Amino acid sequence: MINPSIEAHGVPFLETTDLRKHFVSGGGLLSGKPRVVQAVSNISFHVDQGTTLGVVGESGCGKSTTARLLMGLIERDSGAVRIEGKDIGGPQGLDIKEARRQMQMVFQDSFASLNPRMTIETSIMFGPRVHKVSKSEARRRAHSLLDRVGLQPERFAARYPHELSGGQRQRVNIARALALEPRMLLLDEAVSALDKSVEAQVLNLLLDLKDEFGLTYLFISHDLNVVQYISDRVMVMYLGKVMEIGPVEDIYNTPSHPYTQALLKAMPSMDPTQRTESAPITGDPPSPINPPSGCRFHTRCPHAEDVCQLLEPQLTVTRPEHFVGCHMADIDSGHSKAGNG
Amino acid sequence: MFEYLAKRLLYAVPICITVSALCFSLVYLAPGDPLSAVLPADASQEIIDDVKAQYGLDKPVYVQYALWLGRAVTGDLGTSIGSGRPVAEEIGQAIVNSLILAAFASVVGFTIGSALGMIAGYHSGSTTDKMVSAIAISGVSVPHYWLGIVLVVIFSVKLNWLPAMGAGAGGSQAWQWDWEHMRFMILPAITLAAIPTGIITRSVRALVADTLSKEFVTALRAKGLTERTIFVHVVKNSAPTALSVVGVQLGYLMAGSILVETVFSWPGTGLLLNTAIFQRDIPLLQGTILVLALFFVGLNLLVDALQPLLDPRISRS
Amino acid sequence: MIVMTDERHGPVVEVPPAAASHGYWRGVFSRLAKDKTAIGCTVILTAIVLAAVFAPLIAPSDPSVGSVLKRLKPVGEPGFLLGSDELGRDMLTRLLYGGRMSLITGIVPVALALIIGGGLGTLAGYMGGWINSIVMRTTDVIFAFPSVLMAVAISGALGAGLENMLLALTIVLIPPIVRISESVTTQVRSLDFVEAARASGAGSLTIIRAHVLGNILGPIFVYSTSLLSVSIILASGLSFIGLGAKPPTPEWGLMLNALRTAIYSQPIIAALPGVMIFIVSLSFNLLSDSLRSAMDVQR
Repeated sequence: MINPSIEAHGVPFLETTDLRKHFVSGGGLLSGKPRVVQAVSNISFHVDQGTTLGVVGESGCGKSTTARLLMGLIERDSGAVRIEGKDIGGPQGLDIKEARRQMQMVFQDSFASLNPRMTIETSIMFGPRVHKVSKSEARRRAHSLLDRVGLQPERFAARYPHELSGGQRQRVNIARALALEPRMLLLDEAVSALDKSVEAQVLNLLLDLKDEFGLTYLFISHDLNVVQYISDRVMVMYLGKVMEIGPVEDIYNTPSHPYTQALLKAMPSMDPTQRTESAPITGDPPSPINPPSGCRFHTRCPHAEDVCQLLEPQLTVTRPEHFVGCHMADIDSGHSKAGNG
Repeated sequence: MFEYLAKRLLYAVPICITVSALCFSLVYLAPGDPLSAVLPADASQEIIDDVKAQYGLDKPVYVQYALWLGRAVTGDLGTSIGSGRPVAEEIGQAIVNSLILAAFASVVGFTIGSALGMIAGYHSGSTTDKMVSAIAISGVSVPHYWLGIVLVVIFSVKLNWLPAMGAGAGGSQAWQWDWEHMRFMILPAITLAAIPTGIITRSVRALVADTLSKEFVTALRAKGLTERTIFVHVVKNSAPTALSVVGVQLGYLMAGSILVETVFSWPGTGLLLNTAIFQRDIPLLQGTILVLALFFVGLNLLVDALQPLLDPRISRS
Repeated sequence: MIVMTDERHGPVVEVPPAAASHGYWRGVFSRLAKDKTAIGCTVILTAIVLAAVFAPLIAPSDPSVGSVLKRLKPVGEPGFLLGSDELGRDMLTRLLYGGRMSLITGIVPVALALIIGGGLGTLAGYMGGWINSIVMRTTDVIFAFPSVLMAVAISGALGAGLENMLLALTIVLIPPIVRISESVTTQVRSLDFVEAARASGAGSLTIIRAHVLGNILGPIFVYSTSLLSVSIILASGLSFIGLGAKPPTPEWGLMLNALRTAIYSQPIIAALPGVMIFIVSLSFNLLSDSLRSAMDVQR
């Protein structure tokens, strides 16, 4: 097996290996058999300094869980998370509080992620205050960030979240995340709930901020167009597993995994001649409670063979920096179409 | 389904054990030596030692508890200090009387509550609705021991229609289902019914109003179905909740009967409790509370068990 | 939405959405200010509380001094605006003074239960895990006792007396408040802004103080106001059967019991203390209902 996180040139900013989280519910003394949701199953990837890794997949594929695991909001079962080679929570590594100063998160629901009883200024100041920044410095920082995200501080600082529009609130959330002067942002569906025009503005703001502050992004979205626009590399997830990961042009132009191909075919195209009539994959993904054996996609894959049910495919390198978890990409797998595509 | 019931039963076991432990510990809550609570004040040393050994009071607390629990399980709740009769016997008679009263009150509460709730729900927002709501909130706000007194003043003192207290000729032992005895039950039962009436009215009103505002009702009406068919739907939607509320209320009525039974001198468990407290009859107090609490736990269990049968929407997997 | 069962309200207690804001509270108060029932209840309760507090200043006579010759005078008798009781004491005076004890025994247990139960419930809701299990399972067991029986059992075993009664009532009122607090806190805890606060590196206590409390106190407080009615009725009820206040203390429940002998001669006077309990309990219930619907954003 080739670990896609092993990097040829230098240490990546963020790196995770064998990250795993299985949620167990029930299983108490009286509740019988526990239900195990395999939200994230041993995934590994890295994000280089100053780049954006886009994460795509259907709902329930473990995208959000991955972000929360990286932030330490949920405790991981196993695996390691490293920032610039230093283990978070490891013996010689970073403690979680320091890691959270380096890495911040923006959530999908702009309203729920702001305390309704705090002015937006207080919300932005909260993080720095926790990290012992003086009140006046925290306020100065809040005002300059509000200004930077396009909200005049004199008009907006004293407002409450319900007095703002969705796009304005999401700008506040971005300012709040930046208030700790992090080097990386985890954007969990951060623009998904916004109107299309507002979404574009916020995306451009994110791109500007990235250049200005030298930020690194993990950008989670179900919207393939948006991911294509903002990402340098793309990771495709399905039922808690990485299906494919590689440079954005590679993934979009020559997808190797049948799941990626299906996703891209379902993507609404601007070009009428490219539009497909029928949905390439149908139905909901299987439940992550009892995920399919072997390759988790085999129940919906048009190329599924016996080997796909029996063996779990490993990530195989197909092109430089492009890894695919499919038996067809592995010449030795025994799949009849192995090595053809 | 069976699995759910089994789980629910299993869950009740620790609750029953804790409830019994709390009842047992009442002896230790009582001020003074627990023995002095069990014995008359002028008992000789010989009797004291005898009783000590008999009750195992010379042993550690948990052994005492185990012994007490062991006896309680076999139906031996000790001997009442006041009457000298076995506690179990005293309770046996009283609980039947209380149950008669509580059941009657539940039926009254259910009938009136459902009717009022149905009317208010059908006329949601109207003056009728507001009046019914006022009645309902009065029902849950009224101090029922006072309501009892007011009813006595009106129906016994002023009108002289119904007896003010007691359970009829022959006292508690001679209950019969005839008018001579049942007239004694009317006032206490109505008093006791005030709270469940209020609660059931409010729940049924909310359910009916909610059901009628649902889209499927509009669809049924649009399809030209008669109001009778819709009424059947409304009943089907609200009956399970109303029934489970009345089931739980029955338990509260039994357990909370001390005030009303005191007002009417109704010879039930409430009056027994009152006697036990003021005569410092600790075995009787322990026994009555244990039986009432277990009755309450059991009744809740029964309601939980029956609910999925009544309402297929509640699936308990 | 939470549906709770307690013996006086049945399963109709709903807690409004936890998320609330300043403008929101302004809305709540403006809705309350338009609610005639709420205003009426507030006026009545304020009047009763003030009358109880300033009883020595406004009461026409001494609550403990009576004359056998003036027993059970009817309402309107000269010098006895509301008649006299079985020991010839002025009823109006005793009703005014009685409010002191009845209101204290009704309100203090709720306040104590609010502090203890609210604290435990918030802790359980925020921490989750085994802390939650311990707190909530203990609550379940106490809940297995119907509240009247529990109160009677504790104060009965401890013996009659004010402190014992307050203790018993507090213990009885803690479980419902723990449940409400736990469930509201669990709701707030799962909101993204709490996650965001955790992501900023703040500790649990800081987050509870800065982000959780402000969003849960409203619903918990409103729920507690509905318990005031239960508490007043129970407290006076315990005094009624002789487990609370002791004579000659003026207390509505106790007075109601003492006057039971008078139902044949002066039925109206015999019923008066109960009228007071009823008015206070009803006002608290109506006010609580108004508060709840004013806080319901969906309306």
